[in-house]
Amino acid sequence: MAQAITDKDGVKRYLITLNVNGDVHTVLVKGNAILTNVLRDQLDLTGTKKGCELGDCGSCTVLLDGKPVDSCLVLAVEADGRRITTIEGVAENGRLDAIQQSMINHAAVQCGYCTPGMVLSAKALLTRNPHPSEQEVREAISGNLCRCTGYVHIVEAVLATAQGRVTPDDH
Amino acid sequence: MSDNHSVIGRSVPRIDGPEKVSGAAKYTGDLKFPNMLYGKILTSPHAHARILSIDTSEAERLPGVKAVITHKDVPTLKYGLSPARWDESIFCSDKVRFVGDKVAAVACLDEDTCYKALKLIKVEYEVLPAALDFLHAMDEGQPQVHEEYARNINTEIHQEFGDVAKALAEAHHVRTDTFVGQRTYQSPIEPHSAISMWDAEKLTIYSSTQSPHYFQHYIAREFDMPMGDVRIIKPYLGGGFGGKLEPTGLEFAGAVLAKLTGRPVRTFYDRAEMFAHNRGRHAQYMEITTGVDKNGKILAAKANFLMDGGAYTSLGIASAYYAGALLPLTYEFDNYQFDMFRVYTNLPACGAQRGHGAPQPKYAFESHLDNVAADLGIDPMDIRIINARRPNTVTPNDFRVNSCKIKECLERVRVMSDWDEKKKNLPLGRGIGVATGSFVTGAGYPIYRTDLPHAAAFIKVCEDGTAATLYTGSVDIGQGSDTVLCQMAAEAMGYRYEQMKIVAADTEITPLDFGAYASRQTYMSGAAVKQAGEEVKRQILEMASVMLGLPADDLDCDDGKIFSKSRNGKSLSFEEVARKHFVLRGPLLGRGSYTPPKLGGSFKGAAVGTSPAYSFGAQVGEVAIDEETGEITVVGIWDVHDCGKVINPRLLHGQVHGALYMGMGEAVWEEVLFDDKGRIKNAELANYRLLTALDMPPITSEVVDSYEPSGPWGVKEVGEGATNPTLGMFSNAIFDAMGVRVNSLPLSYEKVWRALKEKREREEDAGRERDAKRGAGAPRETDAATQPVYATPS
Repeated sequence: MAQAITDKDGVKRYLITLNVNGDVHTVLVKGNAILTNVLRDQLDLTGTKKGCELGDCGSCTVLLDGKPVDSCLVLAVEADGRRITTIEGVAENGRLDAIQQSMINHAAVQCGYCTPGMVLSAKALLTRNPHPSEQEVREAISGNLCRCTGYVHIVEAVLATAQGRVTPDDH
Repeated sequence: MSDNHSVIGRSVPRIDGPEKVSGAAKYTGDLKFPNMLYGKILTSPHAHARILSIDTSEAERLPGVKAVITHKDVPTLKYGLSPARWDESIFCSDKVRFVGDKVAAVACLDEDTCYKALKLIKVEYEVLPAALDFLHAMDEGQPQVHEEYARNINTEIHQEFGDVAKALAEAHHVRTDTFVGQRTYQSPIEPHSAISMWDAEKLTIYSSTQSPHYFQHYIAREFDMPMGDVRIIKPYLGGGFGGKLEPTGLEFAGAVLAKLTGRPVRTFYDRAEMFAHNRGRHAQYMEITTGVDKNGKILAAKANFLMDGGAYTSLGIASAYYAGALLPLTYEFDNYQFDMFRVYTNLPACGAQRGHGAPQPKYAFESHLDNVAADLGIDPMDIRIINARRPNTVTPNDFRVNSCKIKECLERVRVMSDWDEKKKNLPLGRGIGVATGSFVTGAGYPIYRTDLPHAAAFIKVCEDGTAATLYTGSVDIGQGSDTVLCQMAAEAMGYRYEQMKIVAADTEITPLDFGAYASRQTYMSGAAVKQAGEEVKRQILEMASVMLGLPADDLDCDDGKIFSKSRNGKSLSFEEVARKHFVLRGPLLGRGSYTPPKLGGSFKGAAVGTSPAYSFGAQVGEVAIDEETGEITVVGIWDVHDCGKVINPRLLHGQVHGALYMGMGEAVWEEVLFDDKGRIKNAELANYRLLTALDMPPITSEVVDSYEPSGPWGVKEVGEGATNPTLGMFSNAIFDAMGVRVNSLPLSYEKVWRALKEKREREEDAGRERDAKRGAGAPRETDAATQPVYATPS
């Protein structure tokens, strides 16, 4: 259990360690602080979006030990000591991941608000299942609501990435 | 048409793609400023109540609270979007008119303190009876939402063109149907937010807005400031669909809180507050009558509509006019009557949602047309082709249509969807339906009266020519206007898309543009951008003419190279010419602006629906219905659009997919539900159901080869028009599958199930009657199964 500190008003805060994209941060959080807010407000990782704070929209998806989760449904204290990947950690040394490049080339991005969560759900799928069927792709991103695209180009982009081609023929 | 273009017509990647996929893109809610406070608005828990007293003293004493404001602290000037009915106040002073009406606001050190402070504001209400049912809001004795609008009538429209009574009297067949459309909500994934700050007398607001210009205009008006002292900046925007077109309490209250505290204030809605602010699709009762000749040619149509406006006007006057104005677009007929009442109720205000005003009337008209076709025994595809509008025609309400390929769209979608084969051979339970749509390419007139151009653009070429920056007030809300406009700028300049940069939607830096609504930007902003690009190109060619010693009119510039049209060999790079221009003649700039021509007739309301060009489209959908449960499985959808010249095919089809997706949601799944106190029952995304990736059927989207003579390079709209056919298409596919017509939206599984049940019961009754007549053991006839059943609207 993380070390707790109580302030003069009796509010307890916990000293936790978050490993985010390989960077280790020690932060002080309230027991009810959700991971989304700690990432966004304390670590300035605003690529993790807030859309509903109820676990419905998937905009706040991050990978927790490699698994996609709605970070608005995860208490920051639950993530203590665990490995978190946010959208800022998907590109390596400034080079976009294949799924990110494929999303751009297939015009799978419109307003972009769901995109970070979508990329992370797709990334997690391709890591555990490098050659998914269309149905498996749809299932994997079904927790990420997109209001712009009808998912058509997103599904294309993920399938194309699995097939090792990030550029569509009409590009 | 010549398709000799280097930059337009190509699916170049979005200019904002890398920032958006990497999480670097900053939306308004992602921004932080030193010393920033957080602000929240206290809203009414009652649909209709008199405010007796407001006590903020306890909230003010809470540590961390920096300001608490009510109606006493803000301008009393009423605002709105439709100038004819400014009826909204920053905060309510006398009474509240819906659950969610604005009462007070706080600015605090953090979000948690805001919620605590809101709970400490004591508001004493006298609860009043509420007008919650729009069908009866005009009745005698109903509660009055606004005292100054008798019988709760917000807007009343009566238009007649031609001689409807005569045409109906002469018609071979006349039919009337009624339909009801439901309330839906835009539900962009990004919640609204605004950050307001003052520098002496200047107000700057970062806002999730679809129109920085209208925000600037209305905020300056509200605070009695010169427009030049109000700066609106749109960072990245996470979808709008019409829901972010007008300033909200976030901007008005935020600006006051920032002024009082002298600190930046971030105000924001959560998901439930978004639903309460609303401005989504109106609920609407629609009665349609048409008279046709024996071939199904429409001779006259009558539309008699009633709309639930909610508590305020928003853009609802335009919604009300649009509902009838756009109906005569896809089919040609001379006699048309449109009657409408938009009524106030004690529910959240409705406004402009994608396809503004058009999708529900289209659902009604397209469903009705299939009923007429069934009455006459005509194939639904044929009745549409018979009536399809031709190019270079004028609608009865005086809209001039230049390019129009609705007939070609229908013919193509007929082939693509294998219509004729399926129409013959699909078994009971499977059905195929068709519907058409049309939409404005930008509104012919601005929202408030002004003679300003609708769009303007600058292009600044970097001093060494290696980049050019487009400055435009247009607003990329996800549809990709930044990308498309950069393509258009590069094409006009003879430059390369890859070297374009863009600065958009900042009223202090970028030139005027009315923003993202009415599907206007590719055409209108594009026209301004093209002009600016051509001005750059003209200067480049003049400079190159000096450098090469050749006449300027012998030179051209394409893909960043200047060359002689008459002789080979001599060429210069755009970069070297641009640099020389800067050295010898100063900064290389281009400017452009666009004002639409005078459009439309002179009758009351003639301006709404005018546009320099109209898009057209046809959709076919195939469904399978589970007779036991009413569940609808969508087998496939085929969409063919006439949207003029296509600048970026992938982005264009993305618009069709998205519009269709929204239309599908409205057709079958989405509905904002209220309890008997006027409270929203499903103000969250678990129960207001947006379709997921698993719910989407295979979609095939195509365009017909089309060129709009009035538009830059022949472009027309696509972003909203593709929503218009979808609702009617579903209604018709279900009708075809089961022979039942669900007369109210959404066409939910439950309603389909109920309609099937009623049909079975009718058939059983009919069967029993026959059995009784013919005696036991007589063979049962099955013709009842082929007779359509029309359920009454619930």
